[in-house]
Amino acid sequence: MKKLVTSTILGAGLLGLSLSAASAQEPLKIGLVSVLSGPQAALGQQVRDGFQLAIKDLGGKIAGRPVEIVVIDDELKPDVAVSKVRGMLEKDKVDFVVGPVFSNILQAIHKPVTEAGSFLISPNAGTSNFAGKGCHENFFVTSYQNDQPHEVLGKFAQDKGYKRAYLIAPNYQAGKDSLAGFKRHFKGEIVDEVYTPLGTLDYASELAKIASAKPDVLFVFLPGGMGVNFVKQFRQAGLADSLPFLSAFTVDESTLPAQQDAAIGFRSGMSWAPNMDNPQSKAFVKNYEANFNIVPGSYAMQAYDAGLLINSALVATKGKTDDKAAVRAALKKADFASLRGKFKFNTNGYPIQDYYVVKVAKRTDGKFQTEIEEKIFSDYGDTYAAECGLK
Amino acid sequence: MSLLAIQVLNGLQLGLLMFLVAAGLTLVFGVMDFINLAHGVQYMMGAYLAATFIGWTGHFVIGLGMALIGIMVFGLLLERVMFRHLYARSHLDQVLATFGLILFLNQGVKMVWGAAPLGVPVPEWFQGSVLLGDGILYPVYRFVIIGSGLLMALVLWLVVEKTRLGMLVRAGASNATMLSALGVDVRKLFMVIFAFGTMLAGFAGAMAAPILSVEPGMGDQVLILAFVVIVIGGIGSIRGAFAGALLVGLIDTLARSYSVDFMRLFVGPAAARGIANGLSSMFIYLLMALVLFLRPDGLFPSRGRT
Repeated sequence: MKKLVTSTILGAGLLGLSLSAASAQEPLKIGLVSVLSGPQAALGQQVRDGFQLAIKDLGGKIAGRPVEIVVIDDELKPDVAVSKVRGMLEKDKVDFVVGPVFSNILQAIHKPVTEAGSFLISPNAGTSNFAGKGCHENFFVTSYQNDQPHEVLGKFAQDKGYKRAYLIAPNYQAGKDSLAGFKRHFKGEIVDEVYTPLGTLDYASELAKIASAKPDVLFVFLPGGMGVNFVKQFRQAGLADSLPFLSAFTVDESTLPAQQDAAIGFRSGMSWAPNMDNPQSKAFVKNYEANFNIVPGSYAMQAYDAGLLINSALVATKGKTDDKAAVRAALKKADFASLRGKFKFNTNGYPIQDYYVVKVAKRTDGKFQTEIEEKIFSDYGDTYAAECGLK
Repeated sequence: MSLLAIQVLNGLQLGLLMFLVAAGLTLVFGVMDFINLAHGVQYMMGAYLAATFIGWTGHFVIGLGMALIGIMVFGLLLERVMFRHLYARSHLDQVLATFGLILFLNQGVKMVWGAAPLGVPVPEWFQGSVLLGDGILYPVYRFVIIGSGLLMALVLWLVVEKTRLGMLVRAGASNATMLSALGVDVRKLFMVIFAFGTMLAGFAGAMAAPILSVEPGMGDQVLILAFVVIVIGGIGSIRGAFAGALLVGLIDTLARSYSVDFMRLFVGPAAARGIANGLSSMFIYLLMALVLFLRPDGLFPSRGRT
């Protein structure tokens, strides 16, 4: 590969092309930070595969430059992530860093990447601090601000006229943020707000309490394996027939292969679902399934869009990355056909987009996916952008 | 039936599941003086094998049977390749080696089955739930877990108390060196105990598969609880493991469901929730500390151990 690049440059020189054209043939280096080991690796793999698929679909080139992706595993440990990212910035001199999946890793790598002058594009994590006062001109988010998927369900519950809600989340910061997000638009009574220890396996005791409290609606934020356990046990306890199940990150394409029929009809909130009705999304889902044999979730979609975003910016600058201001201006335009249709950036680099309530369904081929049920917010930006000093 | 009765059933079910894991651990620890941190991954392997075989055969009982045979073979293989060489080593070596095995197997499982959690459907006969008054439903499958846990406990008791093999096991738990001096092939006994312990852990994993998600690392949390159980019950004692497991199961479940209401008697609702959340996950460890303080050998120490 290296040889090929060298000979291309040599060849270009011999042909008397200008030096700048030759430098445009230099490989574009992009770092990809994702969690690829541990129980959460299923999410990280979707991000990695989604991004790599985008580059592959672009023919392995961005604005004529071959793309070199440096993949690192953050192991879901902030200290590990920082040292690996620092190494990547110094050794590989990457122009873009795409990642990570989890918010605690984002908190750790945001400063090293932006200080090095590289662009950080988050395909999933979107914390409130970097949306508000801590916003940075080189930081872009292709997913959402963390509160928003939870707000979707709160608004939905309010619109549907539910009066008494029962909330359950793990006992850590994201769990508390989640329930706060739900309550932002839900004005009814909160029957109880239960925080379970992170990694709880058996929810039998919580389910018995839910059944005896008889709420109108249940809101759940239990990501990963916790959600798999909860959903199966909720269905087995016979509650699914009488109690509407609203959730965030509890039933999605990463957990559905394990939840299967138990999750059918359960709702979640997202900016996209695999049945999104536009040609680019349909092609993406088909392509992703053919390559990886699983239904892509929002993680893969957001990473794919991150690839399209970088491509759109470098096409605008004709492949040049030296002029950071030009690249930044091009990134801000978000001039690409997002898989979710409408997409633009807010002043803080977070998206302004539509959000939907999505519902789990079984496809005719026996696989499970979420499907768009109802649009809840249109052109929705986050509330923190007002605190951000960027224009 | 009241909420309390349901929570007692839940506690019983968690306790019996814990007993299946702890029984194997306490035997291996008590009889062989071998600290096996990899006991949790054996539980995980049981769940994965069950998920695979039940998927293949499409039949719960046949799949479960194949998984039990599979996990036993796997246990014997581990014993032969690795654990056999560790019996004579220090506890630190055993901890290090079996901890390494945890890392290896967690990663290995991910390479073979993928990182995403797997699901096992509840067998058709046991789907649905029973109405226990006041709109509270209790899943039939949880009764099955309670039933099979009790059955397993009975079988274990019969084997340990009433058979020659059980006598050897009890003798081994009291004094393995003396047993060897009396002409018993302790090595073979160890192998049998180890295979049996692995099978019990695997059985627990397989039974838990329909209610829990089958994923890499699922055994790690169970392992910690199992150690708490055997320390409370007394190391090497099946009876102790049974009592300890039921205590841990009941206390954990009841603490989780009632600590908020209890704390509300003393402080405001918001503070009560905060304190209770921390407190309820601490209770079993407080219990362990109390038992260690009052009866350092556990509630039912195996006889002859000092």
